[in-house]
Amino acid sequence: MVMEDTIKHITSYKGYLKVLIILLTLTAISVIAAWINFGAFSVGVALVIACIKSGAVLSYFMHLKFDNIVYRIMAIGVFILFAIIVGITFLDYLFR
Amino acid sequence: MSEGNHKQEEKNDDVASKMGMWIFIFTELLLFGGLFLVYAVFRVKYADEFHRAAAQLNTFIGTLNTVILLVSSMTIAMSVTAIQNYNKKLAMNMILITLVLAFTFLVNKYFEWGLKIKHHLYPSSELMFNLKHGENIFFSLYYFMTGLHALHIIIGMTILTIAYVRVRNGSIHAGHFTLLENGGLYWHLVDLIWIFLFPLLYLIT
Amino acid sequence: MPEINYLSDTGKHKGIMSWLTSTDHKRIGLMYLYAILFFFLIGGSLGALMRLELMQPGQQYYSAQTYNALFTVHGIIMIFIVVIPGLSVVFGNFFLPIMIGAKDVAFPKLNLLSFYIYLTGCALAVASQFAGNGPPDTGWTFYAPYSTQTATNVVMAVFAAFVLGFSSILTGLNFIVTIHRLRAPGMKWFKMPLFPWSIYATAWIQVLATPIVGITLLMVIAERVLKIGFFDPALGGDPILYQHLFWIYSHPAVYIMILPAMGVITEIIPTFCQKKIYGYRAIAISSLAIAGVGYLVWGHHMFTSGMSTTAQWFFSLLTFIVAVPSAVKVFNWISTMYKASIDVKPPFLFALGFIFLFMIGGLTGLVQGALATNIQVHDTAFVVAHFHYIIFGGMGFAFFAAIHYWFPKMYGKMYNIRLANIYWVFIFVGFNLLYFPQFILGLQGVPRRYYDYLPQFQTGEVISGIGALILGIGIYMMIYNLFRSSKKGAPAIGNPWNGKTLEWSIPSPPPTENFEEIPVMTEQNEPYNY
Repeated sequence: MVMEDTIKHITSYKGYLKVLIILLTLTAISVIAAWINFGAFSVGVALVIACIKSGAVLSYFMHLKFDNIVYRIMAIGVFILFAIIVGITFLDYLFR
Repeated sequence: MSEGNHKQEEKNDDVASKMGMWIFIFTELLLFGGLFLVYAVFRVKYADEFHRAAAQLNTFIGTLNTVILLVSSMTIAMSVTAIQNYNKKLAMNMILITLVLAFTFLVNKYFEWGLKIKHHLYPSSELMFNLKHGENIFFSLYYFMTGLHALHIIIGMTILTIAYVRVRNGSIHAGHFTLLENGGLYWHLVDLIWIFLFPLLYLIT
Repeated sequence: MPEINYLSDTGKHKGIMSWLTSTDHKRIGLMYLYAILFFFLIGGSLGALMRLELMQPGQQYYSAQTYNALFTVHGIIMIFIVVIPGLSVVFGNFFLPIMIGAKDVAFPKLNLLSFYIYLTGCALAVASQFAGNGPPDTGWTFYAPYSTQTATNVVMAVFAAFVLGFSSILTGLNFIVTIHRLRAPGMKWFKMPLFPWSIYATAWIQVLATPIVGITLLMVIAERVLKIGFFDPALGGDPILYQHLFWIYSHPAVYIMILPAMGVITEIIPTFCQKKIYGYRAIAISSLAIAGVGYLVWGHHMFTSGMSTTAQWFFSLLTFIVAVPSAVKVFNWISTMYKASIDVKPPFLFALGFIFLFMIGGLTGLVQGALATNIQVHDTAFVVAHFHYIIFGGMGFAFFAAIHYWFPKMYGKMYNIRLANIYWVFIFVGFNLLYFPQFILGLQGVPRRYYDYLPQFQTGEVISGIGALILGIGIYMMIYNLFRSSKKGAPAIGNPWNGKTLEWSIPSPPPTENFEEIPVMTEQNEPYNY
């Protein structure tokens, strides 16, 4: 099975800078959002922003967007597995 | 075709190494995942006390450290671009900046922890035991998670230092830069973990 | 036997150093084999010591404290040192590369490092018995809050498990990359033999589940040393959380134990039936299904712990579901045997033993998976019988089957088959005499991990004791046969069993590089092409 990234995609410096700016903006948003009381949704908001940030790091800094799809499948699989484990654990804690 | 396999064995080296590093990254994600699970359970149980305890953390230092790590992720990514563009000097400088930023992060953490410890707030201190349950758990989680994270920063810095030396002496170059690329991946992992730690510990006020 | 093979080839160093510094997957596999054999005998002897105490009610030879330490170290050794690494590190290391047509694993140096990390873990586990405040008495499960409070050497034992887990992770990582990258030309995924498939599924569990117990063990250490309080109700923690974290790994861990075992059986049955395996795809996919669904059932170890009813219901349902892919495999094995020309050699005998004992273990697992019956049997001898049938009757017999199957390839010598048939009887009969009474005793209420019992249960315990003796004799006969034959056995040909997977196409013992030329897979040399 051949699985090369033979055409090695090289991201430009500008490209990385753009990603950083997005990440910093999202960070600022999450800090500001912390001051707003979303009640029970605060965690949700914080986590959603964190997920978007980590998505950017994974896709661009870690190159998942341009690599062989196998890595993306594996990475997504791991996050899904973790989410399922947390979910099942809460079947206990939420219903005691 | 068996000749093709021989070539595959060479290229294998780079692709195999990257796959190996990704799998290792998954194990690290799950290692911290266990801690995030503990956090989630107790956050739900002690929502108010977590809020109150988190207020005692310094959001400014936390945000500063977040910015530092995000920038350092960019610089190490840039170093990979640099090496691919045959720009050895830029690659070295980018790695160096990453290391300086990493060190700054650790210095900040040192002061952050130092302040808490000076106020007698650390695991197994009298003060900790007398806290409300949720507050005690919060600070235990705070120390455990940021401590384990700091350990991974040190590991990452070690790998990147080795990469720096190898770029300098030429064993890492545009044709073969696996260690730099994989070291970069490890560094991004360290950043990823902090991206989740930051809001969960500092921004729940 | 060819002049230069992996056993005689020494390379840069000579003698024992050529073994200790070898990155050859075959030598590493053998070194693991000897380490595991050594610890298996120690662990088995500890089991025998327990059986000795249990021959009569009342205190005979040791205090309750000593007995607690005995079953703890018996569990630590058997689970973390013998059975979890077991088939993967011995036969996975030795045969995975050969069966996919590779010269070695993806990262040979990492492989050797994994072995040394493993030995370090073993040393720490041994040291935990003697250093400090005495051997741990918590059981191999280290349940909080007792594990965080007892004065015994929990930190060292738990750290040993952590180190062993790290070795497991690195091995799994190595095998995953090996299978993705080093398959011979023409060997697509669904042309790969089924033992490598099982190693692949297992490796993913090693990689994804082990970190969770890793962090949990670190939490136990932090709780003991720093009183962080995650599991201590007095500080706001929850002991049940420990159980969740522990079993999130330790249930998938049992699939680490059994999947390679099933892979071995899947190799042996076609060979001794001289017939293509029935349902190749079903077996490959069911391995992945078992690995996947196996992550979702951990709570069935905790039904009586105080979990919510919702969680209990969920875990019970998933436990019944996970039995299905295992059953698929059993159907496929039996179907392969149907109308085949069966040659009942020792590997096949052990494979049959596996199927029979694994069925009993599996079915009694369902008894525990059902909530109502679980309450009756939880923490009784019934559970002890169940897991010994599954682990020892399952993985153990598969290990014995594997060694008898691949011995001629590994050593270039054949063992005494008649003797093997004899000690197979000892092992099979002894095993059942040892463990079957425990089902009955458990149903009647005899608790596990107790050094004493009420007098009316003595008959069952004595039968178990006799079974242990017979089993022990059988095992020693086996070790004698294999050890002696490795030195003085009759030379074996390259393919004594007429197997159709790649390891049978190379000389016995294999040359260091396995293949002179990497084979190209065609219709002719497909696996199971009878």
